[in-house]
Amino acid sequence: MTLAATTELAAATNENLASISNTLIYSAMAVYTLAFFAYIAEWLLGSRSKVGRTAAALTATTAAKGPAVTAGKKGGTAVLERPQVVVRSAAGARDVPDGPGAHGGDEQGDMYGRIAISLTVLAFLVELGGVIARAASVERAPWGNMYEFNLTFSTVAVGVYLGLLALRKNVRWLGLFLITSVLLDLGLAVTVLYTASDQLVPALHSYWLYIHVSTAIFCGAVFYVGAVATILYLFKDAYENKLATGGKPGKFANSVLDRLPASASLDKFAYRVNAAVFPLWTFTIIAGAIWAGDAWGRYWGWDPKETWSFITWVAYACYLHARATAGWKGRKAAYLAMIAFGCWLFNYYGVNIFVSGKHSYAGV
Amino acid sequence: MSKSTVGPAPGETPAASDEQDLGAAGSQLSTAPVDTLASGPALGLIGWARWFWRQLTSMRVALLLLLLLALGAIPGSLIPQSGTDETKVAEFRQAHGTLAPIYDRLGLFHVYSSVWFSAIYILLFVSLIGCIVPRTWQFVGQLRSRPPGAPKRLTRLPAYTTWRTDAEPEQVRAAALTLLRKRRFRAHLAGDAVAGEKGYLREVGNLSFHIALIVMLVAFACGQLYKSEGNKLVVEGDGFSNTLTQYNDFKSGNLFGTDDLNPFSFTLDKFTGTYETSGPNTGTARTFQSAITYSVGAYGKDKKAVVKVNHPLEIDDSKIYLTAHGYAPLITVRDGKGNVVYRDAVPLLPLDSNITSSGVIKVFDGYRDAKGVGEQLGISAFFLPTYTKGSEAASTFPALRNPVLNLTPYHGDLGVDSGIPQSVYQLDKSHMKEFKDSKGAQLRDNLEPGETMTLPNGAGSVTYEGTKEWANFQITQQPASGWALGGAITAIFGLAGSLFLQRRRVWVRAVKGDDGVTVVEMGGLGRSESAKVPEELGDLAGILYDQAPSTPDPDTPGPSASSASPEPEVVPAEGAEK
Ligand code: HEM
Repeated sequence: MTLAATTELAAATNENLASISNTLIYSAMAVYTLAFFAYIAEWLLGSRSKVGRTAAALTATTAAKGPAVTAGKKGGTAVLERPQVVVRSAAGARDVPDGPGAHGGDEQGDMYGRIAISLTVLAFLVELGGVIARAASVERAPWGNMYEFNLTFSTVAVGVYLGLLALRKNVRWLGLFLITSVLLDLGLAVTVLYTASDQLVPALHSYWLYIHVSTAIFCGAVFYVGAVATILYLFKDAYENKLATGGKPGKFANSVLDRLPASASLDKFAYRVNAAVFPLWTFTIIAGAIWAGDAWGRYWGWDPKETWSFITWVAYACYLHARATAGWKGRKAAYLAMIAFGCWLFNYYGVNIFVSGKHSYAGV
Repeated sequence: MSKSTVGPAPGETPAASDEQDLGAAGSQLSTAPVDTLASGPALGLIGWARWFWRQLTSMRVALLLLLLLALGAIPGSLIPQSGTDETKVAEFRQAHGTLAPIYDRLGLFHVYSSVWFSAIYILLFVSLIGCIVPRTWQFVGQLRSRPPGAPKRLTRLPAYTTWRTDAEPEQVRAAALTLLRKRRFRAHLAGDAVAGEKGYLREVGNLSFHIALIVMLVAFACGQLYKSEGNKLVVEGDGFSNTLTQYNDFKSGNLFGTDDLNPFSFTLDKFTGTYETSGPNTGTARTFQSAITYSVGAYGKDKKAVVKVNHPLEIDDSKIYLTAHGYAPLITVRDGKGNVVYRDAVPLLPLDSNITSSGVIKVFDGYRDAKGVGEQLGISAFFLPTYTKGSEAASTFPALRNPVLNLTPYHGDLGVDSGIPQSVYQLDKSHMKEFKDSKGAQLRDNLEPGETMTLPNGAGSVTYEGTKEWANFQITQQPASGWALGGAITAIFGLAGSLFLQRRRVWVRAVKGDDGVTVVEMGGLGRSESAKVPEELGDLAGILYDQAPSTPDPDTPGPSASSASPEPEVVPAEGAEK
């Protein structure tokens, strides 16, 4: 029998679209670079702003603590107005105001920040175009190898950031850190990981692939945002601790960290982000197991990739548990979150590169 | 955070003990066990046992065991595992003479079934059960009792609001009760205040998540114990029926019985493989599929099906997977008299991704040489589906573009009677002799389909008629996977409920002040600090405010109250989240 006829059926990859995709990706990198410089300008100009809010809050007399304004305390003056809800921070938390953001209240800085965000939006759209062109050129979802995975991953991470901004969440401070790593990620993708566009091996043909990998990428991007917030929390918390105990942080630390949100806010943000995707990550692993059941005849076989997904999952479960355990909140929980994200990173890069297993078709 | 009703534990910050002021009002907003900090065991055996049990079921130890589980899973991903890749383990043993015995002793070649790994997860699950049972009772108790009454000072709550009104306190309380109930709070009147609580589903979610974990573990264990997994290589046109003797190899869990095999049979009609024809990944497989005809039971009707790589065929709880494929040249062997003594498709094993293959054709009986003496024949076969000049040793493409079969025949005794089991893919040449060609060299020839190799001195001939394909099927039965899936889905929903829902309490107090004007106070408390609690409180306050609008203060001639929008506004205190 001959297979020649059927062989021709395999879809030919569209070289043209693939090269359009490459051009778009390089353009996106250029725009990200511009955004990067705009963020830098925002931080630099912001450094002109007056610093010391955190220090002021921490060294102020304890009288400032507790409910700052309650209508009750004000006696009768407030009663004519509508009832105001007074929010009191958690017991034990420091009363530190959130920093104003990278621009530090500086008008020019703020303008550069806005430019940076506009450029980020533009770069995001261009990169998205690149990813879509890539997908069209291979006639499948753009995550068949690590190059495509990296592209999609950074696009989604930026998308998550812009999405949070659009929801009016206080996340502008993430910008510089995020775009820096997106540039690194893309740089790695186009240099080390580049793979010419092509079809998938049969084991990758399944709609579970779309479900499993798309949620994996999304979870990774969100975990990543959470990890950036956690790192910043650790710095800011150390900074606040130092101030609270009468230490004098360096000028650079003062300038940068004072402009970030309070450590309590960063911590809460990181927790929310991680907790919000944890169920989705659970789902990702289960979808992977279902796919493995269809492709390899067993839903769970301790393949390295499976094992590391499981380890990542357990590590995040540890983190969530820690937050519910006395004596494990704050920094200790944050370290657990960093370990958990480390596991995710290792699963993504380490396992693909250093460990061989059934998932070793990553095109490296 | 521990929400114990006893006094502040040593080591807690003064601020944390602040919370104790809330008394019963702040208690039991979850069923998380209270961590007893470093209290030593009471004396006596029972005291020790109690202490040990309390430790094992504490959050702290659960956390530790979880961490250990993650750590323990790591070596299995880095060291070859005998369960997944026996040959890699063998290679590792060869390469690391000193390390291997140590690994063996530690069970590092089968981490996931090793004693220590099992110990970790069994302890974790004992801890889990020990945690769930009391929590469930506690929760049932919470459901049967009413939300705790208002704390003395509502101002200490994370969210607070107040106003003065002309309405009577009873009126306000009644309105509050109705409002809270309408918002699906469990609410009741306790003294001078209404107490309401909502979000019990969070606890339900958390408990069902943890229970689902147990279900998943039990299902996984059952799956391992009762599973079976066998392989069968089938050449196009041949069939298979699901009995133990038909398998090429078969593994099963400890509790599997052979009667558990589902009765069915199938025939492989045609295998189709397609490959990338150009570009850098030329030769990479694109699609593999097998068309089969199957029937269930002894007298089942024939049905057609296609088994693809990701699409197993399910028959009862058996799944039939397509796992490998290769070529089976159709060979005819004639003896010295020209009688056909062998005619079969011989499956060859692929050696590389372009399906360069090798194998053996064994003619056990019926063959006689030119003199009529009975002998056995063994023919080494080497096969290239795509033969290219200059690349004689390996195929250049996996499909049948230019197939060439290289044959090296031997005659003599195949050695099957020696009692040692033989592989069908290997030739034991110890009692076999080569054939010599006319120049005295070993006979060996390349055949194209339809060509015949003549054995010297009238010893017969071997004809390569054509090529069939074979497919390898893995047939597995893994019971309880439905339970595992059910557990997994429950776990996701439970988790979502546990993480996205808030359990919170609201109190509304209305009392007459010294001046005879009613003072309304509202306070909200969530299990964790959340922006939603003050938002919701503001919402409720706005509605209640409409029903009991504020009264002008006797001291200040205020502006008309009607112009003020009743929409409350959330004012964060210093340090609170914005
Ligand atoms: C099998 C391993 C376990 C895993 C994977 C696991 C996972 C989780 C996760 C992801 C959460 C977060 C949900 C939330 O914050 O509401 C959680 C909460 C919780 N877990 Fe576990 N858990 C395990 C074992 C245990 C054990 C052994 C205990 C008992 C000591 C326990 C007690 C709790 C409690 C009380 C909460 C809720 C904490 C709260 O109210 O915030 N878990 N668990």
